[in-house]
Amino acid sequence: MSETPSISREDVAHLAKLARIDLPPESLDHYAEQLAVILGAVAKVSEVAADDVPATSHPLPLVNVFREDVVRGSLTAEEALSGAPSVESDRFRVPRILDEE
Amino acid sequence: MTSELITLTAAETARKVASGEVSAVEVATAHLDRIGAVDERVHAFLYVDTEGALAAADAVDKARAAGEQLSPLAGVPLALKDVMTQKGIPTTCGSKILEGWRPPYDATVTARLKAAGVVILGKTNMDEFAMGSSTEHSAYGPTHNPWDLDRIPGGSGGGSAAAVAAFEAPLAIGTDTGGSIRQPAAVTGTVGVKPTYGAVSRYGLVALASSLDQAGPCSRTVLDAALLHAVIAGHDPMDSTSVTDPVPDVVGAAMRADVKGMKIGIVRELGGDGYQAGVRQRFDEAVTILEGLGAEIVEVSCPHFPYALAAYYLILPSECSSNLAKFDGVRFGIRVGEGDGDPSIEQVMGRTRAAGFGDETIRRIMLGTYALSAGYYDAYYGQAQKVRTLIQRDFAAAFAQADVLISPTAPTTAFKLGEKLDDPLAMYLNDVATIPANMAGIPGMSLPVGLAPEDGLPVGLQIMAPALADERLYNVGAALEAALLQTWGHPILQEAPSL
Amino acid sequence: MSTSTADAVVPYDEVIAEFDPVLGLEVHVELGTNTKMFCGCPTEFGAEPNTQVCPVCLGLPGSMPAVNATAVESAIRIGLALNCKIATWCRFARKNYFYPDMPKNFQTSQYDEPICYDGYLDVDVETDEGMKTFRVGIERAHMEEDTGKTSHQGGATGRIHGADYSLVDYNRAGIPLIEIVTKTVEGTGKYAPEVARAYVTALREILRGLGVSDVKMEQGSLRCDANVSLRPSPDSKLGTRTETKNVNSLRSIERAIRYEMTRQAAVLRAGGTIIQETRHWHEDTGITTSGREKSDAEDYRYFPEPDLVPIAPDPAWVEKLRSELPENPAVYQARLQAAWGISDFDMMAVVRSGALDLVAETVALGADQAAARKWWVGELTRIANDRAVELTELPITPADVARVEALVGEGALNDKLARQVIEGVLAGEGSPDEVVAARGLAVVSDDGPLLEAIDAALAESPEVAEKIRSGKVAAAGAIVGAVMKATRGQADAGRVRDLLLERLGVSE
Repeated sequence: MSETPSISREDVAHLAKLARIDLPPESLDHYAEQLAVILGAVAKVSEVAADDVPATSHPLPLVNVFREDVVRGSLTAEEALSGAPSVESDRFRVPRILDEE
Repeated sequence: MTSELITLTAAETARKVASGEVSAVEVATAHLDRIGAVDERVHAFLYVDTEGALAAADAVDKARAAGEQLSPLAGVPLALKDVMTQKGIPTTCGSKILEGWRPPYDATVTARLKAAGVVILGKTNMDEFAMGSSTEHSAYGPTHNPWDLDRIPGGSGGGSAAAVAAFEAPLAIGTDTGGSIRQPAAVTGTVGVKPTYGAVSRYGLVALASSLDQAGPCSRTVLDAALLHAVIAGHDPMDSTSVTDPVPDVVGAAMRADVKGMKIGIVRELGGDGYQAGVRQRFDEAVTILEGLGAEIVEVSCPHFPYALAAYYLILPSECSSNLAKFDGVRFGIRVGEGDGDPSIEQVMGRTRAAGFGDETIRRIMLGTYALSAGYYDAYYGQAQKVRTLIQRDFAAAFAQADVLISPTAPTTAFKLGEKLDDPLAMYLNDVATIPANMAGIPGMSLPVGLAPEDGLPVGLQIMAPALADERLYNVGAALEAALLQTWGHPILQEAPSL
Repeated sequence: MSTSTADAVVPYDEVIAEFDPVLGLEVHVELGTNTKMFCGCPTEFGAEPNTQVCPVCLGLPGSMPAVNATAVESAIRIGLALNCKIATWCRFARKNYFYPDMPKNFQTSQYDEPICYDGYLDVDVETDEGMKTFRVGIERAHMEEDTGKTSHQGGATGRIHGADYSLVDYNRAGIPLIEIVTKTVEGTGKYAPEVARAYVTALREILRGLGVSDVKMEQGSLRCDANVSLRPSPDSKLGTRTETKNVNSLRSIERAIRYEMTRQAAVLRAGGTIIQETRHWHEDTGITTSGREKSDAEDYRYFPEPDLVPIAPDPAWVEKLRSELPENPAVYQARLQAAWGISDFDMMAVVRSGALDLVAETVALGADQAAARKWWVGELTRIANDRAVELTELPITPADVARVEALVGEGALNDKLARQVIEGVLAGEGSPDEVVAARGLAVVSDDGPLLEAIDAALAESPEVAEKIRSGKVAAAGAIVGAVMKATRGQADAGRVRDLLLERLGVSE
């Protein structure tokens, strides 16, 4: 039987940062608790002896699906920008970027 | 006349429109009126496109008048799950983060429906980003089960199933990642099919778990589902995971409806304890009927199925944590918190996502982020993908012994709104019988087999077939449906309370 | 955050005396395909913002990728040209991180299953002991997609720091990139900067020869990141490395690596530790400044891309591509050098000025190799440098140069006149023949006018005429000079001299 993994507030805060979700501090413990319970349940996958079993990432055995290098299907700038929260000079406007590229 | 129109099957509707007995506009109007009359209580729809629907119906009538050949479903109204893009029409995926978004393009499924003259009435409610089994995680309020408005209609596609069950549309499109077409069908007394993975294009289907998602038909009869399946299925070059095999003759199979000599396997691990008594009873009765129709019943064992749920709740969150990263307030959807202080885009992204995503969505994103993290990948995501292989092997072994497999679709009938909201794990258990088919990529159908004696609520039976053998679902389903219809004397939905 | 005072550095020869440099080079090549990596949007340079986008490369909900067949073929050809093994089965993977220029907030790339791996490229570098060949190991070459372009508004420099907001154009998002990563490059010693430059130069030639990219560093279709670390000796374990970005020319590669070595040496000498970080190269000031701290385990949460199926290149097809590869540039160069019979030094000069193909073409059109080299490596390279353009951008072709040389060979032009014709072609006055006609530059070949000019010159300087008659043949030079001047250089000096001496009845 696998141990129930424990998830701390700090773990949740770290995950939220990786996932770019600004969680209110008061919700961290609640999520930590729920995640721990769920992880405990899903951890049972490790009970299955599967060392020599290959992983399946695609349900059906398709390979080599390609597209010819021919132009098709672009949108107009208007269509592309139509859903944008903020637009300037036909480009998507965003507040200042902190991280370097 | 109006009330008659809404009780017709899709096949009957199409026939009457093609013959000129009734106009497509009359049909559309009748359904729009029905929506107006009942949807305030059912809340199946998030958006009703009155203008678009009438225009589409009118186009069908004009084509018919001009002597053009109509497609088999021309003029038939349909409800589209709000996870599929429809150009210029609000598409929210049941989430606040997409409030007001009108896509600049049609999903391939949407385009095929339009080309077939199907009249899209509007977009239906769903659990946010298709995550849930009750439609209670919609940011726009839950949908109510037409059988009992205090109960859930299933999820994530509760809106589509409820619309069909409430006679707001004879057809709907749903999507199924772990049972989101089949389980709502079971608890609403309707038919729902998840085709073979790759059989129906996912281009324009907002992705939840890319290796599990599939769009499929929702209807009141097996033949209707087959007709819709034939319209939407088929290779799509825009979807690289779409199969190139020709669409099987699902309509022919539905009309054949003959199980004589077929081997039907009951999966030992799906059923038994944990399943409501009334559910098991109706299931067993249906098995007896199938035997009476000439099928041979065998018992099969799929020993890794008890791990399917766990593996699923690792694979899905992992893929969705990545699929949902694009919702960041930059190119579409809402943007939150820009005017507060002098935030950076990083902060605005964080505020937008926190405000725009609901609890369950956030939970799964974090679970997925964890499972893919450096150091955890092998134990969680990696291991889950191996369990997936084992489940595929279980199915392969089972299909060596039987032509189709059957089980109850869901462990219980429709539970009450609010009953399982505080317990995510309890909610996840609703999918225990439907998940294995998604994991293996094989097709599955749910059709109603009766009402549970203890609560008078619908029970669904699930049929599963090997990958690419979707026609077997329709053959067996139609046979069972016909036999049940004879037993009952009328379609099961006639038993539902009038709204 | 840039420091206000420049970092300390150690003189280069001292760096070499105390440390052993180790390099790693990452090159990104933008493929010149018609469409993007995962969608059918065009890839034209310089289009209006957000006009070459679609649901896929905008990352709109519901969109799905479809792999560009030509990009896959180019990736394989690049791998083959770099002596790599080609994967028999591989997948795309998602590299997950958030950034406004990333439409999906993940990049569809390749992780532990690159399409090409384990190759090498031999590069030649001039050392104190003569030409030396270094083998640069290639770890992998894989396919991925480019990001959109952000332009930062409101700040003083147009860079991120100090900007008020940014504007994003996704035309570039999704353009196919091939990332080529070397194995650690060891044993270069003091030639580390030169080896790096030679590697990228050679790589660029190969890519150009394959026709897969226009490989213009100044336009961003070839990008290089340089990783550098120092260790006390070749036996020590590897030091901490830094990654330097914004290295936009071959010259910058050499300079940036040299600088980074001197900077790191100063830190280590002072007993400090090198921070594993990304640094930014400044071509104008010749230094690197600190960028983002690069943690070794940047958690990208890679997993196989579920919206794409695996690639399993047919071995027969791979062999066909291999057989169709253009001649390896090094082999091609060696062949030409032998054909022309020139020294390593002279050949290097041709290669370094980027004139190889131009010279070869000119020779193929009939010119003598020495003449072709004289023009392209000498005069024309000088002019190109003055104008700060590439040789190929000058408005003159090998055909033009070959024609000029042909005219010289016929005696219709002499060296000075030929130079004027070249000038005329560059000025857009037309083909060499047109310039000759328009400017009246032909060598006077008719003896008549020459004799007239000779007589006139002799009449002007009777004492020189006497000198020549009396046997001081050297004095003929002055008369020849006068005739050349009178004919505006359009005489053949040798012919003038011969006629003069004949006229005076004098022999050499």
